[in-house]
Amino acid sequence: MSEANMSERAAVSIRHLSKSFDDVEVLRDVELEVKTGEVVTIIGSSGSGKSTLLRCINWLEKPDRGSIHIAGQRIGVHEDGRPMPVRELAKVRAQTGMVFQGFNLWPHLNVLHNVTEAPIHVQGKSKREAEELATALLEKVGMSHKHDSYPNTLSGGQKQRVAIARALAMQPEVMLFDEPTSALDPELVGEVLAVIKDLSAEGYTMVMVTHEMAFARAVSDQVVFLEKGLIIERADPETFFTTPKTDRVRKFLENHDTPSPA
Amino acid sequence: MSNWDILWDERAQFWSGFLSTLEIFGLSIVGAFVIGCGLLYLLEGSRKRLTIPLRIFIDSMRMLPFLILAYLLYYGLPSVGIRLDAWWSGVGALAVYHGAYFAEIFRGNRLTFPPGQIEAAKAHGFTKGKMFFRLLLPQIIMQTRPLLGNQLIYALKDTAFLVIITVSELTAAANSLSSTYFIPTEAFIVVIGFYWAISVTMEIIIKQCGRFSAKRGFDNV
Ligand SMILES: Nc1ncnc2c1ncn2[C@@H]1O[C@H](COP(=O)(O)OP(=O)(O)OP(=O)(O)O)[C@@H](O)[C@H]1O
Ligand SMILES: [Mg+2]
Repeated sequence: MSEANMSERAAVSIRHLSKSFDDVEVLRDVELEVKTGEVVTIIGSSGSGKSTLLRCINWLEKPDRGSIHIAGQRIGVHEDGRPMPVRELAKVRAQTGMVFQGFNLWPHLNVLHNVTEAPIHVQGKSKREAEELATALLEKVGMSHKHDSYPNTLSGGQKQRVAIARALAMQPEVMLFDEPTSALDPELVGEVLAVIKDLSAEGYTMVMVTHEMAFARAVSDQVVFLEKGLIIERADPETFFTTPKTDRVRKFLENHDTPSPA
Repeated sequence: MSNWDILWDERAQFWSGFLSTLEIFGLSIVGAFVIGCGLLYLLEGSRKRLTIPLRIFIDSMRMLPFLILAYLLYYGLPSVGIRLDAWWSGVGALAVYHGAYFAEIFRGNRLTFPPGQIEAAKAHGFTKGKMFFRLLLPQIIMQTRPLLGNQLIYALKDTAFLVIITVSELTAAANSLSSTYFIPTEAFIVVIGFYWAISVTMEIIIKQCGRFSAKRGFDNV
């Protein structure tokens, strides 16, 4: 099968991706293929480039080299190298849903309007259609009782669940999670992980950066280990967590309490 | 007949001056607000080629005494072939002058706007215009509400300068009555009452808006 064909089938297809900040190479020739319905977890120590990789996928960071396709559609530049006009870029971006470590809800909008904002004003859905969708999604993340609340009145876990509903409302090809529980009090981590786990069970395509090893092991189809911008190991979660190939990963897993099999 | 009785008989003059001040004030602050928002939009993510002249314009307005700007528009513009009557010169001067101040207030707040919210907007497919009008501007206005309120009061007080370029507003009415009947104290006390009434009404409205933003957690300004 040709490379173009593979790209069409994958939800996300990353080829030869490189990115430097100033003179430091943060991503080096990264290749990653995320199939529809697959959950890919990116693991690595701090500064290894995990966030940068995730943020390149929706072009929040502009890669120096390489290509990224979302559901077969090139993001950021056209195949012939022409830069992509902002409107077109925004359209491709809307194919991805991103959940941030710091929630980043819009504080002047209530919960319902945070979720309907982009469907109405970016995708041009009718108010009614958007609200029906939002209501269903808020139900899914267990936040339907907070429709009218403003973000400042919510706990961190609640904010993050709303942020997940907000991203889902774009009906994206792929959901991107950047350490979605790292800013949460320990007792709130579980409620957010439970939501993400439900999504994986429902077949959502997801790329996730997390330090929650037990969780990664439980939900991932593929685990990728990033070290200084290089993918040094990739495997299914069982293999990755039980018989890592490199010393680096073995060390890393020793330092993070390795999860017992779920 | 006491001085107050004279003023009561002339109440029609005060009233028309008051209406005229209200009209000038209302028009010019709407204009100033639009100019302030427009400048903020142009400053948002634009190239240096555009932002540098805009910043120079804003700063030069802020350094100029208002009266001089009003003089320039009324007496200076005709020499370049643009002739505005006193009324429109006054409204224009107020709008441009306070528009620059609005822009500066907005810009200062924009610098502290959480970048994460912008990223979230981009990630959700927002382009600059939508993001500006839906997400940035409403929050910046809520955040800067107390400063905007102050600026409105300055704008109201600056309307009084327009008497000098012959606009017949509230201060002009007092001026004319005080010189016709030689009762400056009483005439100006009445006018102070009118300005005070407008200011207090404005304060109340701004307080009400405050409740709206406090509900959203914007009360920490
Ligand atoms: N905007 C930027 N400008 C300059 N350097 C940056 C920028 N963003 C990230 N970096 C650098 O790139 C490297 C990778 O950063 P990145 O945020 O991708 O790491 P990470 O794996 O997500 O780390 P963490 O686990 O701490 O979130 C780091 O050395 C970081 O300092
Ligand atoms: Mg990171």
